[in-house]
Amino acid sequence: MIEIIKQPWHWLPAGIMVGLTVLALLLLGNKKFGISASLRDICAICIPAGIPFFKYDWKDKIWNLFFVAGILIGGIIAAHFLSNPNEIVIAQKTKTILIQYGVKDFTGLLPTDIFSWKNLFTLKGFIFFGVGGFLVGFGTRYADGCTSGHSIMGLSNLQWPSLVATMAFMVGGFISANFLLPVIFKLIQ
Amino acid sequence: MKNIKYLVVGIVFGIVFVKAEIISWFRIQEMFQLTSFHMYGVIGTAVVVGMVSIFFIKRFKIKTFSGEAITFEDKKFKKGQIIGGLIFGIGWAITGACPGPLFAQIGSGFGVVSITLLSAIAGTWVYGKFSKI
Repeated sequence: MIEIIKQPWHWLPAGIMVGLTVLALLLLGNKKFGISASLRDICAICIPAGIPFFKYDWKDKIWNLFFVAGILIGGIIAAHFLSNPNEIVIAQKTKTILIQYGVKDFTGLLPTDIFSWKNLFTLKGFIFFGVGGFLVGFGTRYADGCTSGHSIMGLSNLQWPSLVATMAFMVGGFISANFLLPVIFKLIQ
Repeated sequence: MKNIKYLVVGIVFGIVFVKAEIISWFRIQEMFQLTSFHMYGVIGTAVVVGMVSIFFIKRFKIKTFSGEAITFEDKKFKKGQIIGGLIFGIGWAITGACPGPLFAQIGSGFGVVSITLLSAIAGTWVYGKFSKI
């Protein structure tokens, strides 16, 4: 059993589990699945700075911080006890493209030639950890939600603004992955 | 404490994130290069399960375990869903993570992603600073 769990999971059980998370949060306390809101709560709690956008009763939202803390702990558990002993298997076409970009490490879930501390104070680090992260935080709040709040919760509840947001996420991602990243990789080489 | 149950749901969810490789930067590149069905399968299945769940909750007026009514609010359209959505999408392909997977990437041993998370918090803060609520 544990050997099966250690293998990479198929999208079908994974998708069902994500969908059931939506249901679990509703049944446990009428909570709406939406993770980017936790970033707003962190701002409201730690650095509100008198900004009206961060003046709200975050005590109601604190469940969200427990939820994301759980995600972090889940990551630790999965990496330590359930980790896949083999290299990640990705589409050959993508692998070829990424090798051309200069990515060398295909052993884990993320390439360590980008995602490691030694890159922190480099142009690479600035783009991948600084700019990338900023765009995620700024964009999700401007869009009023992320993949969880719009693409999963919003679409599940048949909200057309969430469909618009989801299409915008995908268009942004397509542009970034196919046109921007090649330029970024040229810059940092 | 009443919030512990959300921690537990988060732990299970975080394990799914890692085991289904949803937090993988490689999987996100595949998704946007259209070379694998994996991420579309995960999100699509999640939406179907979510849709069916919400349909039954509304249809049979199902309550929470503690007997509270389950309520839904309609999302209002605003241009931010397009502009902000595009901005987020660009960041998503760079970091290989939307906000949830950031936490799981950190947990699964990529400690430097905590810097990405701090940048995301900064981005949220800057949006808040200039938003007219």
